[in-house]
Amino acid sequence: MSETITDYTNKLTIPKPEENFRHPMEAYIRSERFPHIWCSSCGIGTILTAYISGLQKSGLDPEKVAVVSGIGCSGRVAGYLRLDSFHSTHGRALPFATGLALGNPELKVSVISGDGDISAIGGNHFIHSARRNMNLTIICINNFTYAMTGGQAGPTTPIEANSSTTPYGSYEYPFNLPFLAESCGAVYVARWTALHIRRLTNAISEALLKPGFSFIEVISPCPTLYSRRNRLGTGLDSMKFYHDTAIIQHGAETREVDIEYQQKIIVGKFVDKEKPTFTEARDKFLKKKLGDRFVPYRGPNHGH
Amino acid sequence: MKADPMGVATGSHYLDGDHACAEGAIAGGCRFMAGYPITPSTEVAERIAERFPKIGGMFIQMEDELASMAAVSGAVWAGAKSMTVTSGPGFSLMMENIGLAVMMEVPCVVVNVQRGGPSTGLPTLTAQADMMQARWGSHGDYEIIALSPNSPQECFDLTITAFNLSEKWRVPVLFMMDECVGHMTEKVIIPNADEIEVTPRKYYKGKKESYRPYRFNGSNSVAPMVKAGDGYFIHITGLTHDERGYPVINAEAQEKNVKHLVNKILKNEEKIRIIEEDQVDGADVVVISYGISSRVAMNAVEAARKKGLKVGTLRLVTVWPFPESRIRELAKSVKAFVVPEINMGQISLEVERCAQGNAKTILVPHAGGWVHDPTDILNAIEESIV
Repeated sequence: MSETITDYTNKLTIPKPEENFRHPMEAYIRSERFPHIWCSSCGIGTILTAYISGLQKSGLDPEKVAVVSGIGCSGRVAGYLRLDSFHSTHGRALPFATGLALGNPELKVSVISGDGDISAIGGNHFIHSARRNMNLTIICINNFTYAMTGGQAGPTTPIEANSSTTPYGSYEYPFNLPFLAESCGAVYVARWTALHIRRLTNAISEALLKPGFSFIEVISPCPTLYSRRNRLGTGLDSMKFYHDTAIIQHGAETREVDIEYQQKIIVGKFVDKEKPTFTEARDKFLKKKLGDRFVPYRGPNHGH
Repeated sequence: MKADPMGVATGSHYLDGDHACAEGAIAGGCRFMAGYPITPSTEVAERIAERFPKIGGMFIQMEDELASMAAVSGAVWAGAKSMTVTSGPGFSLMMENIGLAVMMEVPCVVVNVQRGGPSTGLPTLTAQADMMQARWGSHGDYEIIALSPNSPQECFDLTITAFNLSEKWRVPVLFMMDECVGHMTEKVIIPNADEIEVTPRKYYKGKKESYRPYRFNGSNSVAPMVKAGDGYFIHITGLTHDERGYPVINAEAQEKNVKHLVNKILKNEEKIRIIEEDQVDGADVVVISYGISSRVAMNAVEAARKKGLKVGTLRLVTVWPFPESRIRELAKSVKAFVVPEINMGQISLEVERCAQGNAKTILVPHAGGWVHDPTDILNAIEESIV
C-alpha cells in the first residue's frame, strides 16, 4: 500500500509515487523541506534544476561541493540542496564562501544568491572576491528586484521599471553585472535566462570545473512582484519574454551587454580565460620568497 | 590534547600584548585568520601574516570587517580553528556576523583591542568601553563568553583559553584586550608544546543519517560538529532552526533555539568562570576590575591596605558570563564594591545589579585615552566605607 503525501497547494491528498517513480534529482534535494517557499512560475526552481544538472554533468563528487547563499528568495536555494549548504547573512555569502573554500581546498564552493544580495549589500565582497580570483562559482539570479521584501528597486532595476520604491519608475543607472565581474578579474563570465535550460546547465558545469572566480548571471522572472508591476504577464509569459528577447552573442564585449527596460538581453559566454587562482598564486609566490621554509595550507584533513 | 609543536615558539620572549596574542592563537591551534587592519590591533595580524606561511596557516586580509567575520565562520565549517582581530569601529562592523556565528554555534575567537570611542574616537589610545557591546552588540537574544587579559603573558595564555572555551561551548569567544595591554611590552614565557593544553574540536562519529548539528534537548551541552566535505550534507542557517539545522519559523522553534543559546552559557557560568580574588574574606570593600584597570587598581589597593583598610580585590578574567552568584554572595559580607573601569559605567551596572542593595557600588569612571590616576581609586575606596 502506498503512503500518501499532502499537496500543500490545493490540500488534495495524492498518492506518494513508488520508489521507481522518484524524481531523478531527488538525491540532490531535501524534499523533506518541501513545499518550498517560491511562488508558482518563479525562475529560481528552474535554475535550481539547471544547477543540479550542471553539477551531475560536471562529474564532481557531490560530497566535495558546498553551496552558500545569502538572504532573499534566491538565498533559500542552499536550504533545498542536499549538499553541504550554508545560508549566511545578507550580502555575506561571498566572504563566508571564501572562508569555506580557503579552509578546505578540496571543496568546490558555489554561491547561489540574488542580484541585490551579491551586487548591492554584497557588492564590496563581490569585487574583491573577483579581484583575488577566489576559487568560487557564483550564480547570480537576477530578477531585477528585491522580491522577498515586496518588490523594491535594486542595483539591477532598469530605468523606467516600476517597483514598490520607484512607484513612478526607476531613474537610477543599473549595474551591468557581466562587465563588473570581468573588470574585477573574473575568469569565466556568462549570462543566460532561466529558460535557456540546456545552455545554462552547460555553463554551470563549465563554471564548476573552471578553477578561479566564475560568474553566471541568470535572468529570472519574478511573477509576483516585478512581472506584475511591469506588465510582463505570468511567470511563464515573462520567462518566454526574456527568452525571446535574448540574443546569443558568445564573446560579446561585456561593456556592451547592458540591459534596458523590456529591451533585448544579450546572453552567452562572454569571458573564459586562464589565470592562477588566489591559492595557486599565493603558494607559488610564497614558495619563491620563502623556499623550503614555506608550508602550504593543506586544510583540515592534513594535519592540524 | 597537547599543542602542535610546529606552531609553538617555546622560550622567553620580550613581547607586547598584540604579538603575544598572535603567538597564543598559534599555540592554541589557530590556522585560519581573516582580518582587516585597524589600530591598535594591527600587530596581531602582522605577526600572523609573517608566521602563518611557515607553519601551514592561512591568513587573508579581507576587504572589511564584515567579510573578515563571515570568512571566519566559513573556515570553521571547513574544519579550521579560526580567528579575527579588530578594534572598536571594526568590532561594530563584525557584530552582524558575530550574530551569525552565535546562531550557527561557530567556535572561533574575536580579538578586540579596545580604543576610545564612540565612532573613530581615539584610535591610538586606550579604553574599556566595548564591554557592553561585547555582551549584546549583535541583535537578538544570546549570551557570549568574553575574556579580559591584563598583561602580555595573559594575552598569550588566555588566547589559548579563548580557543579552548570556544570549542567547548561552540560559541565565539570575544577576547577583550585594551590598547594599554596590547602595546605594553613585558616578558612572556612560552612553554613547550607538550605543556600547553589544547581543546580539539569535537567531531561526530556515527551514522551519517542520524547526525544532528545542534542539540536543543535542555541539557545545555553542545552537539559535536562535522566538516563540510565529509559527506554529511549539512544545512546551516542564520534563521531560527531545529536540531537538523533546518529553518523553522515559529515561536516554539524560537524558544528552543534561543533558550539553548542563552542557557548553554548562563547555566554553565561557574564552569566557564575565571576570576582572581585576593583578601576578600573579612574585607570591608572589594575592588572589582578587569584588564589594564586591574593593574592600576593594585596601586590604590596597596595604598589603602597600608592605611589599615580592609580591601579585597576581585579580577574578572571572564567578564561574560558575569559571575553573578559570586558577587551576590560577596555583597552580603562587604560594605561596598569599587569598580574602576575605562568607560562611563558598564560592568559597574552589573555589579550593582548583582549586589541587590546589600552593598554599595561605587563606579570610578574614566572616559578613555589614559588609565586612572590611582588616587581616584584610593579616594573611592576611602569614601566607600565612610
